[in-house]
Amino acid sequence: MYLKIKQGVSLGVKPKTKRSKRFLERRAPKLSEDLKSAMIMKGGNTSQTVTQALKDIYSLKKPNAVLYKKKNITRPFEDSTSLEFFSKKTDCSLFLFGSHNKKRPNNFIFGRLFDFHVLDMIELGIEKYVSLSEIKTSKCPEGTKPMLIFAGEAFDTDNEHKRLKSLLTDFFRGPTVSAVRLAGLEHILHFTALDGKIFMRSYRCLLKKSGCRTPRIELEEIGPSFDFVLRRTHLASDDLYKLAHKQPKALKPRKKKNVSYDAFGTKFGRVHMQKQDLSKLHTRKMKGLRKRKGEVVEEQDGQEPKVAKVES
Amino acid sequence: MAACSVEALLAKAEQEEAEKLRSISVHKELDLDFDVGNLLASDKNRIESRDFKQQKKEDFLRSLARDNTQLLINEIWKLPTERVEEAIVARLPEPTTPLPREKPPPKPKAPTKWEQFAKLKGIQKKKKTNLVWDENAKEWRRRWGYKRANDATKEWLIEVPETADPNEDQFGKRIKAKKEKVAKNELNRLRNIARAQKVKVPGVGLVPTAQQSKDELARAVSVAKTSTASAGRFQDRLPKEKAPKTGKKRKFEPLIGDFSNERQKQLELLKIMDGKKPKLDITKAVNKQMREEDREEAAAKYKRGAGKRGRKGNMSGKGKGKGARGKGGKAGGGRKRAKPGKH
Repeated sequence: MYLKIKQGVSLGVKPKTKRSKRFLERRAPKLSEDLKSAMIMKGGNTSQTVTQALKDIYSLKKPNAVLYKKKNITRPFEDSTSLEFFSKKTDCSLFLFGSHNKKRPNNFIFGRLFDFHVLDMIELGIEKYVSLSEIKTSKCPEGTKPMLIFAGEAFDTDNEHKRLKSLLTDFFRGPTVSAVRLAGLEHILHFTALDGKIFMRSYRCLLKKSGCRTPRIELEEIGPSFDFVLRRTHLASDDLYKLAHKQPKALKPRKKKNVSYDAFGTKFGRVHMQKQDLSKLHTRKMKGLRKRKGEVVEEQDGQEPKVAKVES
Repeated sequence: MAACSVEALLAKAEQEEAEKLRSISVHKELDLDFDVGNLLASDKNRIESRDFKQQKKEDFLRSLARDNTQLLINEIWKLPTERVEEAIVARLPEPTTPLPREKPPPKPKAPTKWEQFAKLKGIQKKKKTNLVWDENAKEWRRRWGYKRANDATKEWLIEVPETADPNEDQFGKRIKAKKEKVAKNELNRLRNIARAQKVKVPGVGLVPTAQQSKDELARAVSVAKTSTASAGRFQDRLPKEKAPKTGKKRKFEPLIGDFSNERQKQLELLKIMDGKKPKLDITKAVNKQMREEDREEAAAKYKRGAGKRGRKGNMSGKGKGKGARGKGGKAGGGRKRAKPGKH
């Protein structure tokens, strides 16, 4: 009977092999997420500058990026469906789209997606560009976690710049790690907002002896370097932006009970005690009150007071 | 002489210290904001565009970057360090900059019908061992799957039961039963998914079974009777057969006319809307009460069992529940309550 019914129903698609099951699990939403990866693609027309720049950004982002080699004739600001499709396909939630046309020459669109829908994108025009290969110095190894520095008050005051800062941080920050090798800190991405432009510079940092523990820093430009101008923006609404930031409850640290700190950072613990049994208190012993041999003193089972342990 | 030399020495040491620090210290009007977990720094100081234009652009940017990097490096070098395989690593704190997630957080899986029931009754999952002793093969085998222990499908001989038809294929029967079970399970799985997604699925309807109950038969008859072009209007009835239940016909109030009736109705409606006391739905309340009682009973039973075993909380029921627990379960499951009818 159930066999007959089953034929008509097709609802839940279940992975048929273990491999496909694992694949789906890898892509399913997770409590603590993996590193976001980026897809780097070019539009219908690109200039030499844009193509080279995309390659350079790809080499900065490398293990967590997909470089699309073919043209994709799409305009993200007009229709983002194809981006969303590619995002689903490669499981990338960051994108960089490069294009070149008369109206907007040498155009970059940085963007990110939330739940396979565009969250925000910001269009930047390249005014000046020096590629990675033009500067002849020794480069940083691939996949180095860069230090990101944003300078300029626009990044703190202007709304679009603020969002751009968040986007660039998201794009370039690399994996979240619990520890870094101090000698391996050598790549610096410096973003400066000045006079309506954004200067992106990439440096290698040389640790020099300073005489004390902390080294003195010397910088050496390694490229790529860009002078950007801000063009169109598409920012997520506040609701969506807030929703995207929502962390699951399980990730929030639990509040510790009975521990508090005062203004100076001193730790206080609150201890809960049961009523003390005073009959067992050791008082001063006197000859007159001493137990005599024949006397039977009834024993009382008093409970030990419970004391919460607090480390200090 | 000695005092002088001491002073001189101190001064010299101080100077040296200052000299050392000078190479790594940077003066900024506003302090930088650091998020060391992301190796991120942001400099909120105003950049004078005059300076920018006077100097060479690249040099200005580089010097700005150097100062900022120095400050960030100073901050990183303050972190606790340790040695891992010939390299000195600094422990990074958690990143503090809020960044949007890639996908929304995973939703908890909706409980299946069985899980709901088990929770209500306080039934717990029991962990079964993977291997069981196979008496025939005299070895430990898997409980399920390929080469499983006590595999009934692998028997080459089946005794025909006395009551069974001797010509019946017992092997085929077994296979068919198995397939039925699998299909039923699949159907239930799909139903669970549909319920979790709040999709309306059509009922199973009338299914061919070996022995139909009276209810099922009655339903079949009524369905058959109404399945005519005139929706069963001119269908003959057997003697003593009850009229089939039909849906209620809608009746409308006259458009104009009975004002007093209408007024009364409106007033009643207003009274309900105005009244603070919620309307009591007796069916719902009784059901709720029953569920509550069931749950309490299950909780109490579980607690008793846990107390006996001397275990705490959410342990899987590995140990065999003895006495009270097992009995209680049966009693709970066996008891049935009349569900109050709708009115």
